[in-house]
Amino acid sequence: MGAESPDTRVKAIEALLTEKGLISSDAIDALIREYEEDVGPLLGARVVARAWTDPEFKASLLKDATAACKELGIEGLMGDHLVAVENTPTVHNVVVCTLCSCYPWSVLGLPPSWYKQPAYRSRIVLEPRRVLREFGCELPESVEIRVWDSSADIRYLVLPERPPGTEGMSEEELAALVTRDAMIGVERVTVFQGPG
Amino acid sequence: MNGIHDVGGMHGFGQVHGESDEPVFHAEWERRLFGLRMSLLGRYTLDEARRASETMDPGAYLTSPYYERWLASLEFLLVEKGYLTQAELEQMVAEYEKDPDAPVPRRENPALVERLLRMVREGGSPLPEAMGPRRFREGDRIRARNMHPPGHNRLPRYARGKPGKIARLYPAFFLPDTHAYGGQEAEYLYCVSFTGEDLWGSDADPSHLVHLDLWESYLEPLPDVTDRAPEGD
Repeated sequence: MGAESPDTRVKAIEALLTEKGLISSDAIDALIREYEEDVGPLLGARVVARAWTDPEFKASLLKDATAACKELGIEGLMGDHLVAVENTPTVHNVVVCTLCSCYPWSVLGLPPSWYKQPAYRSRIVLEPRRVLREFGCELPESVEIRVWDSSADIRYLVLPERPPGTEGMSEEELAALVTRDAMIGVERVTVFQGPG
Repeated sequence: MNGIHDVGGMHGFGQVHGESDEPVFHAEWERRLFGLRMSLLGRYTLDEARRASETMDPGAYLTSPYYERWLASLEFLLVEKGYLTQAELEQMVAEYEKDPDAPVPRRENPALVERLLRMVREGGSPLPEAMGPRRFREGDRIRARNMHPPGHNRLPRYARGKPGKIARLYPAFFLPDTHAYGGQEAEYLYCVSFTGEDLWGSDADPSHLVHLDLWESYLEPLPDVTDRAPEGD
């Protein structure tokens, strides 16, 4: 790649491929819109909230997350081999792709920058407890930390623990508490949080 | 390959820096690049894309923002697959350098839009045909092979040669080592758990497990404890 700005190179590639008929401008627009507006962590939050309130759904989610999400109309690219891993009082799960940036797009949308950069990728497999503490997630040694390194086509979704103080909340209210970072596994859900 | 992308366990990258309310794209070119690359779905596989990313110069890889890595990998793939030549790309770049405000031509193709949206909404990358018996079962103790292939591979260095346990059985998938070059070999995939201690030594956190999804040829059986010679011999 040359020293020119990426902006110029992207324009050049788009121009060439459009002229050759390999892509179209409206296709680019539509795919941007899909992942900038439609596919995002609100989908995963719905899955979590349903699992918290419906034990049958939770069981099916843990058995076959792809099929369970499909029941809710949630499916798509990077989600056809989805596995949900459950946090409990003695087990905390966290997801990474040390080799690149694999991420469960179909339920979380596109990953944040930190997930894709070497600092997180290098350290979460080596010293997860310390990294989680830096995210504000303090875990005693009695809690086992399971790191899932997405080295193949399987994509992982963390099912966070339902926090205390949420009894009687509706599914919608519960979904509003579930953050993207909790579904990656770098934080826990609390009643005072919301997506953002 | 023992490339710079294989960062698991490395020191020196410092703190993880989050950005609150981070936008999906930080610049218009990132947004456009994303859409452009997604429009090419079906013309390349994930394994080919990963391999392409790994060809980046190591210094550039470590210092480039994420989407610049995507750009480099996309250019590599487009040229390798013959969708454009390096020469015509450089020529077009030079033209836009001379006149940065020149528009990009617009073409509409509703049928392509529909096809691509269906692909992203339904997912469904094809799985290989059913295969013979598996070599390993849940609970089996294995060792990740001490392998250092120069080409594309998905066994990180931090796990090579380390003992682990089969935690889950997954279906068969195309083996990236050959699929990244157009091959169609497939093998059973396994979720393997490694303890922090086995990976990082006795100073590691005792209550720490790392799971990796590994193909059958990346693994070898680990003999039972009873197979070892008695102590003191």
